[in-house]
Amino acid sequence: MDMSQQTLTPEKAVTQQVPTSAKVVARDVNVYYGEKHALKDVSINIPDKSVTAFIGPSGCGKSTFLRCINRMNDTIPSCRVKGTITIDAQDIYDPALDVVQLRARVGMVFQKPNPFPKSIYENVAYGPRIHGMSRSKADLDQIVESSLRKASLWEEVKNRLQESGTALSGGQQQRLCIARAIAVSPDIILMDEPCSALDPIATAKIEELIDELSQNFCIIIVTHSMQQAARVSKRTAFFHLGLLLEEGETNEMFTNPTNEKTQAYITGRFG
Amino acid sequence: MTALYFVTLAILVAAAFLIGRHRAQSLIAGGAPSLHSLPSYHGMLPMAAVLVAMLLTFVIGSNIVARYAQSSSLAMLGAETVADPLKRSAGFRDIQNIAIGKHSGDVPMLLKEAAEQFASASTFGNWMVYGLGTLLGLFAMGYFISRISPVYRARNIFETFILVVMGICATVAILTTIGIVFSVLFETYRFFFDPSLKGRPTVSQFLFGTEWNPQAALRADQGDIKTAFGFVPLLTGTLLITAIAMIVAGPLGLFSAIYLAEYATPRFRAWVKPILEVLAGIPTVVLGFFAALTVAPLIRGWGEAYGLSVASESALAAGLVMGMMIIPFISSLSDDVINSVPQSLRDGAYALGATKSETIKNVILPAALPGIVSAFMLAISRAIGETMIVVMAAGLAANLTANPLEAVTTITVQIKTILVGDQEFDSAKTLAAFALGFVLFVVTLILNIIALQVVRRYREQYD
Repeated sequence: MDMSQQTLTPEKAVTQQVPTSAKVVARDVNVYYGEKHALKDVSINIPDKSVTAFIGPSGCGKSTFLRCINRMNDTIPSCRVKGTITIDAQDIYDPALDVVQLRARVGMVFQKPNPFPKSIYENVAYGPRIHGMSRSKADLDQIVESSLRKASLWEEVKNRLQESGTALSGGQQQRLCIARAIAVSPDIILMDEPCSALDPIATAKIEELIDELSQNFCIIIVTHSMQQAARVSKRTAFFHLGLLLEEGETNEMFTNPTNEKTQAYITGRFG
Repeated sequence: MTALYFVTLAILVAAAFLIGRHRAQSLIAGGAPSLHSLPSYHGMLPMAAVLVAMLLTFVIGSNIVARYAQSSSLAMLGAETVADPLKRSAGFRDIQNIAIGKHSGDVPMLLKEAAEQFASASTFGNWMVYGLGTLLGLFAMGYFISRISPVYRARNIFETFILVVMGICATVAILTTIGIVFSVLFETYRFFFDPSLKGRPTVSQFLFGTEWNPQAALRADQGDIKTAFGFVPLLTGTLLITAIAMIVAGPLGLFSAIYLAEYATPRFRAWVKPILEVLAGIPTVVLGFFAALTVAPLIRGWGEAYGLSVASESALAAGLVMGMMIIPFISSLSDDVINSVPQSLRDGAYALGATKSETIKNVILPAALPGIVSAFMLAISRAIGETMIVVMAAGLAANLTANPLEAVTTITVQIKTILVGDQEFDSAKTLAAFALGFVLFVVTLILNIIALQVVRRYREQYD
């Protein structure tokens, strides 16, 4: 990616009075896929240790924006990102920044559960291993156990850690993916429609888990379900046609949206 | 005659389809309640029936006609001719040639009459077959067309028919394989155990003998049978050349596959992959003389520069060129397999902060392992079975050696050497080819089983 395309210099970003409580700060982010202008001038502050939901109709750019935060868009050759995104006031598109370290700080959970075709243990141990986070086998065991506990999966799998991760049920696989992300101790966890492939019971479990995790992590979740956004998130951002139309406290937004498009969307009149 | 038969068949097949479909369509147009099967199924069922009836009649009928014409014409030559197989086949050849007017010179009266009998019997029989086939075809067509009605389950019957056809195809393929195995097995048995065969070795002499010299077995008083059919030098030669080929092709093929699948730009890949595959299309004869005329002298030259003695035909030359030959098998198949690993697994690894090489090493290659192993197995099978390159570049001398600079020979090359030219099939030397073929088959089978176990043990299944 060509870093010279950034429209804002870091000095300029600093002058924009970043609130100290914000974990992630985006200013005038634009994303292009080839000729397509997928995200237009998105600016948002995302607070730490809480859940922020991105909602909006399909193709509105919410997932695109989410993938900017851990630079997963780098893997798409035709994709260009302009603007500034900072995490703890550090510009993540700074050429000096190592994307590998960024992704260790910003975990991600995908729409379809994608455990590696390895054992449950290896799935969780993979991240700590490649980042050299454990000094001994006991260390690693400890990380695996605590990650699986945090993902509320430990009780279900503690006796079969050597079985393949792909043999678990869909909901368990998704919690395994969350455990895998937690294992590298990130600050932020991005979730791209984590429940869309799950049944209501598994969804409820994940939502409960998200609620617990929000005490320690900054969680950003993309969802198609209004109810889910209302249930799990503290703040909500509404995207439409690549624009961030409205953003604020979830309660506020669902009871009293200021934008008429937001109102139309959350009451189900389009989307 | 045959042409007329098949033209009629084609016309009836087309007619059956069109009439059947039309009949079903007119049922709909006539306000019938909805049909169980689509009109095209009502057309395809009579079509299939005509096809089967007429093809079966042709195959069975023309066989009977040919036999009848042959026996009735031969009978006219007298009982003595019929009884002697040699005379019988010579007489029948004459009859056939006269019947089609290719016989030159004087023709004895008896033969001429026999030829006329042959011709008339054939013609009459063929017309019978034609008439019968057409009748049966029409009957089959009429039967299935007459049954067309809204409730008739033409689709189910037609689909059962297709199922049977596919089953027959699969059975033919399996039976062919079994047939080949058994014919080789039978001749191998003769080679070892047929008491009328002179100069045959025992099984242990064959399997553990270290000298291969099949010419010695031509006559019982020549050479020593005990050392004529020692299989070991052939096996080591084969394995040596295959190993050299895999040392060349394994890393080159696998790494180029990884590069093409994971690192190369799509444009570069679109260019390079077809070029690599062209390499697989080069006839092995061409590669063989490339090995013999270019690579072997080169190796000899280098060897001499370092003071090594290199045979002008060496295992190394053959192995190197054979390696080149199998690179595309490994690279192209592995590339396909690596590409079919789901993108979600890559995303999962990248999102954890894995670098590209960590992702490939720990996630993609393990997931692609079964496919990569089968690519390697295919390549090894090709290398073991390859003949032409070895004939030209590695020679015929059955040396028992592990030195790649010496001339060796392989199982396939010896099979070819034994069977080239006019051979009698009751000498031990010729039958040795079947024994070699059988052992080759067993060796490949064992390799396949090992590979299967490896895959089962290490595979990481994704879905």
